[in-house]
Amino acid sequence: MAAARLPGGALVSRRALADRNAIDAIWTTLAAIPDPEIPVISIVELGIVRDVAFDDDGLVVTVTPTYSGCPATEVIATDIERALATSGVGSFRVQTRLSPPWTTDWIAPAGRERLRAYGIAPPGERPALQTIDISSLRRPAAAAIPCPRCGSLHTRELSRFGSTPCKAQYRCEDCLEPFDYFKPH
Amino acid sequence: MNRDQQLFDYLLRLADSDLVLAQRLGAWVGHGPVIEEDIALTNVGLDLLGQARLWYAYAGEVEARFAARGRSEDELAFLRDSSEFRNLLLVERPNGNYGDTMARQFLFDVWHRLVLAGLSRSRDVRMAEIAAKALKEVRYHAERSADWVIRLGDGTDESHAKMEAAIDGLWMYTGEMFESDAIEEALAADGITCDSGALATSWREQVAAVLAEATLSLPASGWMQSGGKRGVHTEQLGYMLAEMQWLQRAYPGAHW
Repeated sequence: MAAARLPGGALVSRRALADRNAIDAIWTTLAAIPDPEIPVISIVELGIVRDVAFDDDGLVVTVTPTYSGCPATEVIATDIERALATSGVGSFRVQTRLSPPWTTDWIAPAGRERLRAYGIAPPGERPALQTIDISSLRRPAAAAIPCPRCGSLHTRELSRFGSTPCKAQYRCEDCLEPFDYFKPH
Repeated sequence: MNRDQQLFDYLLRLADSDLVLAQRLGAWVGHGPVIEEDIALTNVGLDLLGQARLWYAYAGEVEARFAARGRSEDELAFLRDSSEFRNLLLVERPNGNYGDTMARQFLFDVWHRLVLAGLSRSRDVRMAEIAAKALKEVRYHAERSADWVIRLGDGTDESHAKMEAAIDGLWMYTGEMFESDAIEEALAADGITCDSGALATSWREQVAAVLAEATLSLPASGWMQSGGKRGVHTEQLGYMLAEMQWLQRAYPGAHW
């Protein structure tokens, strides 16, 4: 069987190596697709693309929705299909996976920085989900969210929801600019 | 009823409650007291609509196991009459004033979060996955609606009186959330769903804690209206469905 050596020294078949190179190329293609709602960040940086692999029927790209009702989900699937159709990859399909559910922890550090530069405060610590305690039903103490423009911690929540389901609306009390906060999810 | 028929019915209970409440919240578009709240209400509605779609899609697959074919999400949402809807009566109550809407949301959210937490441990993998996804969103809904109940309850004399009236008026529709029937008992015994009755204590504790913070009184336990899970609805659902479904009824199969 034809074989080749990877830098790590593992012996793999030429077919597997070809697949691996193809998969790397697909990830590069996908990393160029912007999120339709927040175009400064790519769908890969946002953590929506969960897997790229080949099976007997061709390429399978697995995506996960951010929020159940996010209208961008269908646009993203269409964008992926369009990019793959022009990439010469051959037969492919896009499938959805719900578990584990998407979390803002999957947003890449570079993506967080781009969000900040764009004027959206990147998500902070995620609240614990497993416990259902009464105190969490009351208004939680607002954590200090740094203003993405001036960095001040003197900010205030204006609304629990912003321009999309994944954001809340804040205002900086120092520079007085309103801004979106990408909610930890 | 075989197991798949029971599961189908139960999935419609979840999906229909989500859809009906999403439609109610959508009616606030352009009518919210301030633009931030207008946006927030419809974002909550959007989450619920997305969750309804996940449940309907699964219900359609389950239906295909015992019927000639499984219906699509759209068929289930737009081509059933009110007697075929399995939603809780609570969510079909009219929007009323902003306090009425937030009180309804709060009473539902606390239950919704408990039931999804239970379902996220279901032996049915698909059920568990959808519930775990929805739970993350609903946790946030519950925080927000509890916040409004407290703000309005512990607010001005007028907002307090309105929130008290809202909670009192909706209370009789909360009992059926904890009523079990043969379908739920069978599914719960198999570890597919959680026991509805077992949620009552936690729900009451959490609601009581928030009402206390809001300086509102916990209504006395009285007679409870039920029927939603069996398709026996209040008059209000018919009007809502007529508005929601007219396009698909008038132009079957119409799409963008």
